[in-house]
This record gives sequence, C-alpha cells and structure tokens, in this order.
Amino acid sequence: MARIVGGVGSSHVPAVGAAIDYGKQDEPYWQPYFAGLPPARQWMADTTPDVCIVAYNDHASAFSLEIIPTFALGVAPRFEPADEAFGPRQVPSLEGHPRLAWHLAESLILDEFDMTIVNEMPVDHGCTVPMSVMFGQPDEWPTRIIPLCVNVIQYPPPTGHRCFELGRAIRQAVESFDEDLSVVVFGTGGMSHQLQGQRAGLINSEFDVAFLDDLTGDLQRLVDLPHATYLRDAGSEGIELVMWLIMRGALGGEAKEVYRHHHVPTSNTSNGLLVLEPA
Amino acid sequence: MREPREYDDIPGTFVFDGEHSRKGYALNMFCMSLNEEANREAFRSDEGVYLDRFDLTGDQRRAVLDRDWLRLLELGGNIYYTFKLAACDGLTMPELGGAMSGISGEEFTAMMVAGGRPIEGNRSRTEQH
Repeated sequence: MARIVGGVGSSHVPAVGAAIDYGKQDEPYWQPYFAGLPPARQWMADTTPDVCIVAYNDHASAFSLEIIPTFALGVAPRFEPADEAFGPRQVPSLEGHPRLAWHLAESLILDEFDMTIVNEMPVDHGCTVPMSVMFGQPDEWPTRIIPLCVNVIQYPPPTGHRCFELGRAIRQAVESFDEDLSVVVFGTGGMSHQLQGQRAGLINSEFDVAFLDDLTGDLQRLVDLPHATYLRDAGSEGIELVMWLIMRGALGGEAKEVYRHHHVPTSNTSNGLLVLEPA
Repeated sequence: MREPREYDDIPGTFVFDGEHSRKGYALNMFCMSLNEEANREAFRSDEGVYLDRFDLTGDQRRAVLDRDWLRLLELGGNIYYTFKLAACDGLTMPELGGAMSGISGEEFTAMMVAGGRPIEGNRSRTEQH
C-alpha cells in the first residue's frame, strides 16, 4: 500500500529558479531567503519519497487560453522543462510515475473529480522551482513526480473547498494503490503577491502568516475563504494559495508543522515554505 | 455588462474573468505566440505585419505597438501573457510592475525590498479615498 508521508507548501517564484540556476544564492538580496532552506531540504533528504505529487499551475506554457482544464493530471513517463519565452530552465527532466498517475486518475474520476488526463505536457517554473527549492541541483531528481496542474489564471479557479476535497480524495487514492510507495504532496504558489495593474507589488504578510498558522490551526477558516478575499487581501496572484489546500487535504485530519520559512521579498512575492507531516 | 461582483471594487486590479478573457482572447494568443523564437524574430523584424496575423481591435493593436502596459490589461490582456511581450523586449517583472504603477523599475524593486505595497489603504476603492 502506498502512503502519504508529508506535505510541502512552497512559493514558485521564477526568480528563485534563476537565482539557483545562475548561482546567486549568496548575494545579499537572496541570502536571507536561501538561508532558510537547509532544514526543509534535510527533511526531504531524510524522507526520501518515491513519488512527489506536485500541485502547481501552468503560466501560459503548456496550456494557453485555447483549452483551460481546471485540474489536469500528468500521466506521462517523463516531463520536460518548458520554454517560457526565454528558453527552458537547465534542470533535469522529471521522471513520472504513469502507473500511480493512472491509478489516481481513475480513482479520482470515479470519486467524482472530473480530471483532465494529460499524456504530453512540458512543466514550467510552477512545478520545477519548488523541486529546486526542496532538492537543490541534483544531476537527476531523486524522486519521481506526478504533476497536477490547476487553473488559477482564468477566473474562477476551483474553490479552496474543492481543492481541499480533491486533496482528501488523493489521499484515499494513494492509500488504495497496490505498491509500497512513500509519497509527498506539494502545494505550490503564493503567498501574497500581485503582478498586474496599479496595485502591482502588493504584499500582505499578516495574511500569509495567518494562512501558514491555520494550515495546522483553524483549517476550516482557510477551506471556507472565498475567492474575493484572496484577490483583495493576498493580491490577484495570491489566489494560487488554493493549491496549498490540495496538499493539506492529502495529509488527512490532523497535521503537524515540521518547519516553516517566510521571507519578503523574492522578486514581487511574499515567499512561504512549509513542511507538514500527517499527525 | 455582467452583474456587479464583490471583487469589482478592488483598486488597480483586473480580474481575468470570462468577460475579460473573451475581450482579450486574440490579444493574449498573440502574446502566447511569442513563446516561440521564430515568432519573436518575425515580430521584431516587422511588428505591424506580424500583428496582422491576429484579430486585434484597433485599440489593442495600438496598445501593443505603444507598449502601453496598463492599457493592454484594460483591453483584456492577462499579465502572464503580456509579460511575454515585455520579456521579448527584455523587461523584467519589476520593470513591468513599475511601468503599470507609474514608477521606475528601481523604485519598484526598492518598494518590494521595503516590504512591498502595503495592504492598508489598498483593499478597496472606497478605502483608497
């Protein structure tokens, strides 16, 4: 039986990927952010998951406005880093887990989550940056991954409640898989940030800290947060945080916080990193 | 026009809902085409000719040619798409953020390092005035 052994919440800021790829971690601007990563990476090194299910969003890379799937599950054996209009990131290809991914797709759809199944898609910074945050710069990723791409660009994204319920269904699906695998679930994006309009640059650390607190505190408050509250209080792109609720749902009823790191700014973004374990 | 929505009074923010997306489809798909190097080259070599491939309105076409970043959003653009045009010009996200909020890229970065644009006073249009 497969089991979920942990959850990671991580922002997926492109500039963090660039700072890693181009060796800028020790520069004064970046040092305070990167100084907070070692405990999370140590946890990951100790946990050695066989598979990571990564909930992230595509940023007009694999998908455009042509087709807008709300939940798209990658079932391919391999995923390549996307060209995001300035060449793909020079990170290793990501090896998938088609058998578990197909099991998830079938289980989730029968559980009434109408997933889109994707055999071919490149993955952009939304997926690859959290991998770099947690695994550094290996020659090959030490885990397989299943990308779960969530629409958060075209309004409305799925509700926080729906994301949380999807996470719970993922837990059930993983636990009914016939192979002995350890699985870590990532929820990525956020925290507060706004890239667009006259309000670009908005940060709300109070909102972000309360969000981190309530993933192991008043979870119901987060599950019930309406879209308008994210848009208003966490910035238009802060609504990515609904994806963290997929991760939290996958951990089951109680979860304990293992580690957190919060730093402002990385580029335009309030950067959060959180490691949870099922309690 | 659609019915009023709770997010309508968030200042300086374009929520990319159905109405917005419908208005900006061709504009955003033009931006999407810039993911490919061959298209970036064709666009750079003759912007007007390249734009003829897309069904833009006159206003959208002008906003692209003028690099009027805020206007592009008003006309249905989405930031992840318009950023492709900005990146094609060599602009960074802080420079684009500055351009949309009326400050320089350096001023924008300094604002971020100082903690970002505060939420106080920026939650709603009424709070701003």
